[in-house]
Amino acid sequence: MSFLVLEGLTKRFGDQAAVDSLDLVVEQGEFVSLLGPSGCGKTTTLQMIAGFVEPTSGSILLDGRDLLAIKPSQRGLGIVFQSYALFPHMTAAENVAFGLEMQGVPRAERSQRVSETLALVGLAALADRYPRRMSGGQQQRVALARALVIRPRILLLDEPLSNLDAKLREEMQIELRQIQRTVGTTTILVTHDQAEAMALSDRIVVMNKGRVEQIGRPHEAYEKPASAFVAGFLGKTNVLPAAVEQRNGAAVASIGDGSWPLPAEASGRVTVSVRPEKIAFIDQADCSLAGTVRTRIFQGNHWLYQIDTACGLVTVIRQNAGEMMPAEGAAVRLTWRPQDMTVSPAGQDGRI
Amino acid sequence: MTAVAVSRGWTPWLLAGPALLLFVGIVLVPLAMTVLLSFHDWGQYKGIEPVLILKNWREIIDDSYFHEMFARTLRISVLVTLIAALLGAPEAYILNRMKNPWKGIFLLVILGPLLISVVARTLGWALLFGGETGVVNKALLELGVIEAPLPFMFTETGIVVALSHVLMPFMVLSVWAALQRLDPQVENAATALGASHFTVLRRIVLPQVMPGVLSGGIIVFALAASAFATPAIIGGRRLKVAATLAYDEFLNTLNWPLGAAVAVLLLVALIVIIVGCNRLVERRYAQVFQ
Amino acid sequence: MSRNGPLALAFHTLFVTFILAPILVVCVVAFTPEGYLSVPTDRVSLRWFRAIADYPEFIDAFWNSVWLAAASSAIAVGFSVPAALAIARYDFTGREALTALFLSPLMVPHVVLGIAFLRFFTQIGLGGTFVGLVLSHIVIVFPFALRLVLSSAVGMDRAIEHAAISLGASDFAVFRRVTLPLILPGLASGWALAFIQSFDEVTMTVFIAAPGTVTLPVRMFLYIQDNIDPLVTSVSACVIAITVVFLVVLDRIYGLERLLVGRGSGDGA
Ligand SMILES: Nc1ncnc2c1ncn2[C@@H]1O[C@H](COP(=O)(O)OP(=O)(O)OP(=O)(O)O)[C@@H](O)[C@H]1O
Ligand SMILES: [Mg+2]
Repeated sequence: MSFLVLEGLTKRFGDQAAVDSLDLVVEQGEFVSLLGPSGCGKTTTLQMIAGFVEPTSGSILLDGRDLLAIKPSQRGLGIVFQSYALFPHMTAAENVAFGLEMQGVPRAERSQRVSETLALVGLAALADRYPRRMSGGQQQRVALARALVIRPRILLLDEPLSNLDAKLREEMQIELRQIQRTVGTTTILVTHDQAEAMALSDRIVVMNKGRVEQIGRPHEAYEKPASAFVAGFLGKTNVLPAAVEQRNGAAVASIGDGSWPLPAEASGRVTVSVRPEKIAFIDQADCSLAGTVRTRIFQGNHWLYQIDTACGLVTVIRQNAGEMMPAEGAAVRLTWRPQDMTVSPAGQDGRI
Repeated sequence: MTAVAVSRGWTPWLLAGPALLLFVGIVLVPLAMTVLLSFHDWGQYKGIEPVLILKNWREIIDDSYFHEMFARTLRISVLVTLIAALLGAPEAYILNRMKNPWKGIFLLVILGPLLISVVARTLGWALLFGGETGVVNKALLELGVIEAPLPFMFTETGIVVALSHVLMPFMVLSVWAALQRLDPQVENAATALGASHFTVLRRIVLPQVMPGVLSGGIIVFALAASAFATPAIIGGRRLKVAATLAYDEFLNTLNWPLGAAVAVLLLVALIVIIVGCNRLVERRYAQVFQ
Repeated sequence: MSRNGPLALAFHTLFVTFILAPILVVCVVAFTPEGYLSVPTDRVSLRWFRAIADYPEFIDAFWNSVWLAAASSAIAVGFSVPAALAIARYDFTGREALTALFLSPLMVPHVVLGIAFLRFFTQIGLGGTFVGLVLSHIVIVFPFALRLVLSSAVGMDRAIEHAAISLGASDFAVFRRVTLPLILPGLASGWALAFIQSFDEVTMTVFIAAPGTVTLPVRMFLYIQDNIDPLVTSVSACVIAITVVFLVVLDRIYGLERLLVGRGSGDGA
């Protein structure tokens, strides 16, 4: 049976829907990320699960029980806040012990579990330090330990790494994933960093303007984005206008001077998105688009091209395999496989 | 920072309830009773009679004694406000340009007196200028600079000077707060564009701190108009202002209804003036206030 | 390099003299060895400080003031905490009006309040009592307490309380273990500022104090009305000294600028 079920979850502020009928099923032990641009409703979703925001409509079931009927303090969820929200007047150990105290765990067991958990996040040495005297990364670990020590049924993380610098963030990502594997707690992570979401999660929920665009495994969402928005948000993509017509009973998309057989159903004017690394240079072929190299940038393991075409500027990334590559100003033809295209209705934007 | 939570029914009213009850019971009710009192009748032998008449109000409106007294109160308040603005605003500017630790020390020295008893501060002025024994008077007499002691006690000048001293910190505080919102780079930018120091002051700094001066002026004016201890000590029993007059009616003459009418008139006049000035300031300086 | 020119510094010197002279002269004259008001020239004496002990009116009035200030500011802080939380945490109709009402004692002249309280307390039988004094002082110091408690409640990250709730804390546990400790500095400074305001209040109190409940500033005021002698000077010097100590302590723990302006430029705390 599914562990956490969100059904038709909606939150309106005035007439604006911050979260619009969101459906999500999370399995026990799973690591799920809510990914989307700023203001798309990620925090609001998390806060509804935590109980700090009351949904306008919809339901939340945890282990078959209605979570909305339970007071926030009784839900038994571990939360790590974006600002960490550590208790500034308590030491690291006291912060971690707070939840156990509230549960009435006896003193001996309490201190044992506190030191175990502090050790788990690598902070055994700093137990008696106040948060003010800790680095961002250390505060972050205390916040994680404080949430984990109560053995929460779900761990909710709201952009836990966004206040850390790039290097520390990568280290913490790896550590977070390891800790989550060790304790096996079902985890929901909110982030607007697509790399973080892909690195950490079993599944990604891509959100836009309060709605779910796609739910899927990271690789699947990247390779088979459900829309131009998802394609644009997860990595870079080229967005090209195309016209679809029927030829000999099959759908064919005309893009500039080239045409491609369409893998999906579509008709009329559409938008096609193609990832830069899926595009290759070719001498002559049916499925190809003419262009001129505007800029060529060498980036070590790959080349980054900007090509002027009839459909606008197209970005192309080619592996540096030691071959001769087209120079700036050269006339080239671009090609890609039909299955590398994501087709969405015209006008829907998924810019990089 | 999380946004303010949307109202959850009665919770905020329950939280604010005790204080609200206190204020309704101990502020609004007594004030209303005072307004009512100002319409009651009073006689030397019959005391207060709970009727509703306009006798006290007519007396205030007709009697030139009250006109003179209210005019004096207004004159003193205006002068005090002007002096506070003319001295306090430049001082706040100079203070703001000082370096630490001097800035902090002098801020403490200038704002600190705000918390020192008004009676003690006014006593200081009486000691400095009070008659022949006044410290300054005595020194000047001995030096032969003056022949008779400077008139200070029981004069309007004395009240104005002492009140300016008592209320000065409010003006400095208000201008100081306005200066803190000023971007220091703007002055440098103007200087870099070739403006002289004086031009920078007049064209860049002054317009931006003007709201601070005006709101400080409103505070100083209101407090000067309702000041009691300082005019009572310096002005003595002879030179009365609105507040000391009300005190007299209450505790010496015992004509409470008349005293209440004086107090209510003072309150209403102040509210009208303050609200009017606020309107003017806000309209004039709307763009600077945001 | 000084950023102020010589003219500005001269102005500043005169200004500071203007501010300090009346206060310093009180403290200096208090040390006179003579029986009349004078600046001690050849020697200083504590005779007028010793003389205070012979005037129980001043001693009694001092203790009246202390108890009155302590009680009324403590009660005002007590009332202001839930009120500040309501104003800081909730967005409800009437919030602005409520705040204006709570801050109104700053705007209503104290003479008017004194008259209103005199009438009111006489009517309900509390005239001249200590209870009446406490009630009236609660009201006049309330805005000061509220402002400081409010600014610490507003400055507090709501997520910290949410964290405590998510860890299973009851409403009361959240308040006692998290909210209260975090707003404590604001609360303490609010109490201290309220204490000074109550301790110095004279205009309103002069109306409602009875001979047995007279406060120190009122006693000083009434004394000065009759005559000015070195005794009242030494009493004033003591009051100034107490206030200055209070002031310096407050400045150290909270920052005077933050206390008076709202949020200061320094980090304080
Ligand atoms: N208390 C509130 N009152 C009114 N509108 C709100 C409130 N809280 C959130 N919103 C609105 O709801 C929308 C979603 O907000 P939310 O905080 O969930 O976004 P988010 O995805 O977490 O964004 P970010 O990445 O910036 O944190 C936003 O448009 C926001 O302005
Ligand atoms: Mg968010």
